[in-house]
Amino acid sequence: MKTLFDKIWEAHVVSTVEGGPTQLYIDRMYCHEVTSPQAFDGMRKRGLKVFRPAQNTCMPDHNIPTIDQESPIADPISKNQVDTLTKNAQDFGLTHYQMGHEKNGIIHVVGPENGLSLPGMTMVCGDSHTSTHGALGAVAFGIGTSEVEMVLATQCVFQSRPKTMRIIINGKLKKGVTSKDLALYVIAKTTTGGATGYFVEYAGDAIRALSMEERLTVCNLSIEMGARGGLVAPDEVTFEYLKGREFTPKGEEWDKALAHWKTLKTDEGTVFDKEVTYQAADIEPMVTYGTNPGMGMGINDTIPTLESIDEAGRISYINSLKYMGYEPGEKIVGKAIDYVFLGSCTNGRIEDFRQFTDYVKGKKKADNVIVWLVPGSWAVDKQIKAEGLDKILIEAGFQLRQPGCSACLAMNDDKVPAGKYSVSTSNRNFEGRQGPGARTILAGPLVAAAAAITGKITDPRI
Amino acid sequence: MEKFITLTSTIVPLPIENVDTDQIIPARFLKATSKDGFGDNLFRDWRYDKNDQPIASFVLNNPTYTGQILVAGKNFGSGSSREHAAWAIAGYGFKVVVSSFFADIFKNNAMNNFVLPVVVTESFLAEIYESLSYDSKMTLTINLEALTITNNTYGKSESFDINPYKKECFVKGLDDIDYLLSKKTQIEAYEKAR
Repeated sequence: MKTLFDKIWEAHVVSTVEGGPTQLYIDRMYCHEVTSPQAFDGMRKRGLKVFRPAQNTCMPDHNIPTIDQESPIADPISKNQVDTLTKNAQDFGLTHYQMGHEKNGIIHVVGPENGLSLPGMTMVCGDSHTSTHGALGAVAFGIGTSEVEMVLATQCVFQSRPKTMRIIINGKLKKGVTSKDLALYVIAKTTTGGATGYFVEYAGDAIRALSMEERLTVCNLSIEMGARGGLVAPDEVTFEYLKGREFTPKGEEWDKALAHWKTLKTDEGTVFDKEVTYQAADIEPMVTYGTNPGMGMGINDTIPTLESIDEAGRISYINSLKYMGYEPGEKIVGKAIDYVFLGSCTNGRIEDFRQFTDYVKGKKKADNVIVWLVPGSWAVDKQIKAEGLDKILIEAGFQLRQPGCSACLAMNDDKVPAGKYSVSTSNRNFEGRQGPGARTILAGPLVAAAAAITGKITDPRI
Repeated sequence: MEKFITLTSTIVPLPIENVDTDQIIPARFLKATSKDGFGDNLFRDWRYDKNDQPIASFVLNNPTYTGQILVAGKNFGSGSSREHAAWAIAGYGFKVVVSSFFADIFKNNAMNNFVLPVVVTESFLAEIYESLSYDSKMTLTINLEALTITNNTYGKSESFDINPYKKECFVKGLDDIDYLLSKKTQIEAYEKAR
C-alpha cells in the first residue's frame, strides 16, 4: 500500500546514492529571472548544454513592473536581470515567454493554465511556491539555484525523501470562507515550521469540493508551514480543468494519459507518517497578525497573549507584534489599513478577481486606501476583460494593473511604505516582505475586498 | 572549494526563532546575476537602519561577537528558496550554522555552498546561549569526521547527522553536478524505460 506521493516519487527515482539522497528525475522545470542567472553561468563555466531543453520553460515575473510594460524597465538592475533571462533562454534554446508576451505572467499561474503542469509529474523551480502545481496531483517543490543548474545539466536533482503527512478537511466550508482561509487556518494550526520534512496530501470532502483554482491556492501555501510540497489526488475536477488546454495531451494521447491519471491516488488503508483532521465548519475568514504565516487567526479573534507562547519563542513573538504595532490580547478587526493587494501566485487567478469584484460591485473604494489589483497572468487579464469585471472595478473606483509578482515581494516599484498596513492576498507577511518596514496582514480575496471598501480590517460577511 | 574536517570558532548568537530568508537577504538585493557580494547585505534590515547606518543593538554590529559559526533559534531559513541566503551567509564568512531545526530548502542550499547546517537538541542550544551569557568568547568545535559538536565551555558534546554522501562532499570539496553528470547513461536508460 502506497501514498500518492510515494507512487509519483518512486516512478521518478533514477538511482539512490548509498547512504545518501535520491537522484530524482524531473519532468518539468520552470525558470524565472531571479534564481536562474547563476545556474546558467555555471553551465557556461562547465561548457554544458541543457540536457532536455523541451522540459524547461522560462519567464520573468518577479522584477517586472505592473504598469507600462510596453516601455523598457526603468530600474537598470531589474532590467539587466530580465534581459539576462532572455539571453540565457536564447543561448540555451529554451522556451521563453518574455514580459508582455500573451503567455507571460507569474510562473505558477502560467504553468497550470497552459496545461504545462500535469498529474503524476515531478516539477521544480527555483521558487518555494512551486508547491502550487501539486494541486494537479503532482510532486512539485522549490529548489535552490545550484539545483536549478543540476536540472539544466541532467534533468535530475538530489533530494532526501520527505516523510508523508495527510491533512484531512471534513465537511463544508461556510459561506464567505475561501480556500485561502482554509489554508491560513491549517498553517495557523500547524505553525510556520510544523510540516518541515513532510510532503502533504490534502484530502477530505472540503478539499474534493474545491475548484482547481482553489486547490492551487491551498497547495501554493504548503511551504508556509515548512512542507516540501502539497498535493491533491487528481479527480474529475482536475481532468475537466486540464482538458483542451494548450499543452495537455490531445486525442488518443489524452485518453492514454487520462487512464493513467485515474490511477493516481493513495491506496485505501495506507498509513501516513503523520495525519491530522480538521472540520471545515470551524474555519472563519482568516487574517494574520504577526510576521510569519503561522500567526493567523479568525478575523474576529484576539491576538494570543504572551503567556500562551512558549518561553523560547517569546522574544520572536514580542519582536513580531512590535513590528506590526499590535498588542497581545487585542482584536485587529476594525483597525485601519492603508494598502490592499489582490494578486500573486496565491490569489491572482480569475476566481479571485471574480470574488473581489462580486464584493465591491456597486460599492466605492475607501478614499484613504491604495489598492493594487494585479492579475496573475495575461490570460487572467484577458478573462477579466472578457467577463466585464474591469468595468465593474472601475465603477467602484479601482484600477487594474499588468501581470507580475508585484507587491508580494516588492522587487519592482509596488512597495508598501514603512509603517503602513497592507491587507494582502499574497503568501508571506515576513518583515519587509512588501517593502522595508511594511506591515502585512495576509487574507483571502473577500477580506481584501471588504478592507478596500471600508479602509479597515472588516469581516466580509457583514 | 575549501575543505573542512574540524572547526573551532567563537560564535555569533542570533537567538530568534523562524528566521526567514527574507530577513537573511531581503528581496530587493536579489537582482544580481552573480553569487558575489551578498555578504554585505546579510540581515540587511536588522543590521542597518533606513539611512544605511549600523544598528548598534544588532549582533553583527556588536564587536563582542565574531566567528565563523552562527547560532540561531529554531526553524532557521524558512520561506523563500532563494540560494542568495546561503550565498550571503557564506559571503559574510560563516562556515557553520547551528540551530535546533532548519527549513528544508535552506538546508540543501547551505550544503551546496559548503556551509554546514548543524542540528542540535533544544537543550544543547539553550546551553550554548547560557554559556555565552558569562563567556562571550566561548567556542564550539565541529568535527565533521566524528560528527560531533562540542561546547568547549561546558566540555559537552553532542552528535549530529549528515548523510555520508554529503559528508564526503564536504570533506573532499566535491559538488553534486559532477556526480550527476557521471550518471548520464543511467539517466538516458531511465528515460527509455519509462
